[in-house]
Amino acid sequence: MSFPWAEHYAPKNPFMRWMDEKLPLPRLVYNAVGAGYPVPRNLNYFWNFGVLAGAALVIQILTGVILAMHYAANGLVAFDSVEHIMRDVNSGWLIRYAHMNGASFFFIVVYLHIFRGLYYGSYKAPREMVWLLGVVIFLLMMATAFMGYVLPWGQMSYWGAQVITGFFSAIPVVGEPVRQWLLGGFAPDNAALNRFFSLHYLLPFVIAAVIVLHIWSLHIPGSNNPTGVEVKGPQDTVPFHPYYTAKDGFGLGVFLICYSLLLFFAPNALGHPDNYIAANPLSTPAHIVPEWYFWPFYAILRAFTFDFLWVPAKLWGVVAMFSAIALLFFLPWIDRSPIRSARYRPMYRIAFWVLVADVLLLGFIGKSPAVEPYVRIGQFAAAYYFAHFLIIIPLIAWAEKPLPLPNSITESVLGEGSDDAALGHPAA
Amino acid sequence: MLRFFAPFIAPVVGALFVLALACAFFSHRDPTALQPADKYHREPNEVHYSFEGPLGRYDRQQLQRGFQVYKEVCSACHSMRLVAFRDLEEIGFTKPEVKAIAKNWATETPSINPDTGEPATRKPIPSDFIPGPYANETAARAANNNALPPDMSLLAKAREGGPAYIESLVTGYEDVPASLKKEFPDFQVPTGLHFNPYFANLNIAMPPPLTSDGQVTYSDGTVATRKQMATDVSAFLMWAAEPKLENRHRTGIAVVLYLLIATGLVFAAYRNIWAGKKH
Repeated sequence: MSFPWAEHYAPKNPFMRWMDEKLPLPRLVYNAVGAGYPVPRNLNYFWNFGVLAGAALVIQILTGVILAMHYAANGLVAFDSVEHIMRDVNSGWLIRYAHMNGASFFFIVVYLHIFRGLYYGSYKAPREMVWLLGVVIFLLMMATAFMGYVLPWGQMSYWGAQVITGFFSAIPVVGEPVRQWLLGGFAPDNAALNRFFSLHYLLPFVIAAVIVLHIWSLHIPGSNNPTGVEVKGPQDTVPFHPYYTAKDGFGLGVFLICYSLLLFFAPNALGHPDNYIAANPLSTPAHIVPEWYFWPFYAILRAFTFDFLWVPAKLWGVVAMFSAIALLFFLPWIDRSPIRSARYRPMYRIAFWVLVADVLLLGFIGKSPAVEPYVRIGQFAAAYYFAHFLIIIPLIAWAEKPLPLPNSITESVLGEGSDDAALGHPAA
Repeated sequence: MLRFFAPFIAPVVGALFVLALACAFFSHRDPTALQPADKYHREPNEVHYSFEGPLGRYDRQQLQRGFQVYKEVCSACHSMRLVAFRDLEEIGFTKPEVKAIAKNWATETPSINPDTGEPATRKPIPSDFIPGPYANETAARAANNNALPPDMSLLAKAREGGPAYIESLVTGYEDVPASLKKEFPDFQVPTGLHFNPYFANLNIAMPPPLTSDGQVTYSDGTVATRKQMATDVSAFLMWAAEPKLENRHRTGIAVVLYLLIATGLVFAAYRNIWAGKKH
């Protein structure tokens, strides 16, 4: 599964030789994230975010397992049990704030990871499967995060659950029974809270399993790189360890610093104050808003206010919101341009940055109340989102004249006609 | 056949979404009339607290004064069910003082008669949570013109603007401005409600809680102006909502310093490993 020049695992002491014969786990690690995995030498800092997402998942699982030791998934006491963790459990405040803000940082690094993939064409052949599994992970993350947000059983937890499960009622005929079946009642209550807790504990391990597949499928073609030009020879790569373990270590440090600053000095900055009010089915908050990482999709949901083609606006909204993510599954085939990296795609590069601005705008609209001018701006931004992926990308692939590609990764790093030896470094 | 149509599937689906949104974009909106709250609602005042910033700490004296305001004014209607008397040791009360505060609390803790099993009440002890003024929500509403005074344990985190909002709200009562009456002749403060521009819809059920300077008598000699009482009680409510704030700030400084040094070392290692490898 690797390049022929990959370094081979050679156990040095008798115990490791014995281990390698019985259970070659060290060999697996060596080949996956050790010296046995050759990686393009020119990866920039945007290639740190995959490892950072993995670190975020580990933080979430560790803190989550501890929280589950003190949390009670029962509508009568769930809210108070979280406050018990915050006030009376030793360092409970630290574990709880770490988990709460860890979710946000998980999404921050995953969004950067996704946009890195979009910019450098990492979704294109031969890495389609890596991308597809990535979208699956993203969907699982969204489900996990949503159910996790319900658990503290505050006002936004409760009404968020009400709104999100309400999506299903938009399905014609079977919608309402499906919604009730999913909730285990007519409205979110103990049954819903309990199953959300169960699934919230389960899904992270499913995510971990899909991450294994994601990395496995990545290691078959090997990592993409900022030029998008495939690896041609040993001079184009360096072993993952120590080169990228060191670089990822530095990235992890920067990530942990940013995370700690938020966790320790502004732990509620990304949350909603209403979630410090216990859930009350009889009192609807003035504005129901999801967590920040759902704002762009919430904006798309709410943008559909017209019964276009006699289909109810609500159904349009729900279908569009799911399509906004589902269309990513088709991206490797929608974008027919053979050039991967936006460095050499002048038109796509502009479209990419407009998309980034558009998604940020959608996020702002998702946070804002549903009044003018926000609604119209949101409708425009949502239309652009779909236009970008479904109309503009195919058009650009057809019309664009790409810039000349470098002949190899090494050439792009060292300049034309040169290699390591020419610069006085003996080739490895 | 499919090969010919394949490139057009995405644009056609995209056009459907874009058209649906275009119709929504150009569809008619009923003009919404300007509401009094759109114009007369005020953002919280700028208030400075000792616990702000990464090095911020609570001012124990201030918290004790704030507790006194809570005890003598707010607690007549507002419960604080997540705070126990024992927690008051954290704001500088001694064990005997906490014991006395619990014993002399205005309401008693629900209990049972040990002989008959009948519902009863008893004097609170330090390990009890602070008992609220009402037996239940119905009793609270019955005593307050059908409005429910919110529990105060988390209030400072449960409102946009936090403690500054509380400070602004309790000192923000005023007469309906003449300009508002002129602009919205139909505007009326409903019976039993009170005009307060810091409250979201301008009309709040709570009557002004701090009515005059010197409403409480501080034992530390601080002059109890309305402003002072409001600042003190809002600081106390922030402590009630976030009792571990100082611990968090202290831990945070240590963690961030450690991470800065560790990251610096890892950066040096990274540069060292990559030295001579152009990338």
